[in-house]
Amino acid sequence: MENFTPYSALIGGALIGLSAALLLFLNGRIAGISGIVAKALFPEQRDDLSWRIYFLAGLLLGPMILRVVNGIPFDFNFETSLPVLLIAGLLVGYGTNMGGGCTSGHGICGLARLSPRSVFATLVFMTVAGITVFIVRHLLGVKG
Amino acid sequence: MLKNLSSLFCGILFGLGLVIAQMINPQKVLAFLDITGHWDPSLALVMVSALITFGFAYRLIIRRPAPILEPRFHLPDAVNIDARLLTGAALFGIGWGLSGYCPGAVIAAMGYGSMEALLFTFAMCCGMGLFWFIHRRKCGAGRGCKPRPKRLGASIISKP
Repeated sequence: MENFTPYSALIGGALIGLSAALLLFLNGRIAGISGIVAKALFPEQRDDLSWRIYFLAGLLLGPMILRVVNGIPFDFNFETSLPVLLIAGLLVGYGTNMGGGCTSGHGICGLARLSPRSVFATLVFMTVAGITVFIVRHLLGVKG
Repeated sequence: MLKNLSSLFCGILFGLGLVIAQMINPQKVLAFLDITGHWDPSLALVMVSALITFGFAYRLIIRRPAPILEPRFHLPDAVNIDARLLTGAALFGIGWGLSGYCPGAVIAAMGYGSMEALLFTFAMCCGMGLFWFIHRRKCGAGRGCKPRPKRLGASIISKP
């Protein structure tokens, strides 16, 4: 537990919750990032597109601003090789669209709404992700 | 126009939250998932904090007849727990466990200047495109689809 950062986690989490609350309060939308991305790429209705583009622009812009303000570059080491990274990306894109949500849509918004679908989905992706990390780090011995 | 600006603001807030919570660091996320290693419970606190904030707000907001800038709330209406939901969640779990990136965090990490996140996002969009390409004729790429029988779940497991 040596890297546990409770205060930044609580503050960051509250901001994420506040963002989701404001999006629902003002725009009547659920802040599920995988759905926002998917329907920005493949729009179903024309009038449904622009808020998604603006939200995603904000999601890029917020961290950009913070980076300029605090001046700390992104220096987290590559843990995964390029092929693994790309396969993981494909799985995340395909899986979140198939399952209708990701950590934000199911894990935060869905759980808070006590949606049974989201409870099951969150249990499944948390458990499978945990098992995947266990296999990679402890059975295959990739360092972490 | 106003709803685009409010959406932009919410996106900025969401991105700031992810960076402050350090969820753009895949090592941090993997350290949470690695419960038998040097476990770092930070991600659990991020979720609890976000859940409490949104949970309270949701119950107040949903009492209103409509949101401020739209005629109605757009809430997911799917209720069925089927093979598609669980298989999708499992595939996402594998990808998340392999990389430490989920869709929100990877876009925020890209904004923060990560090349790795840019590559991941490209692959993620390809994955979404693949799903859309395979399923667009049956139903849209989103939620709210009727449950589709076994063939789908079975055929998807053999995919990459």
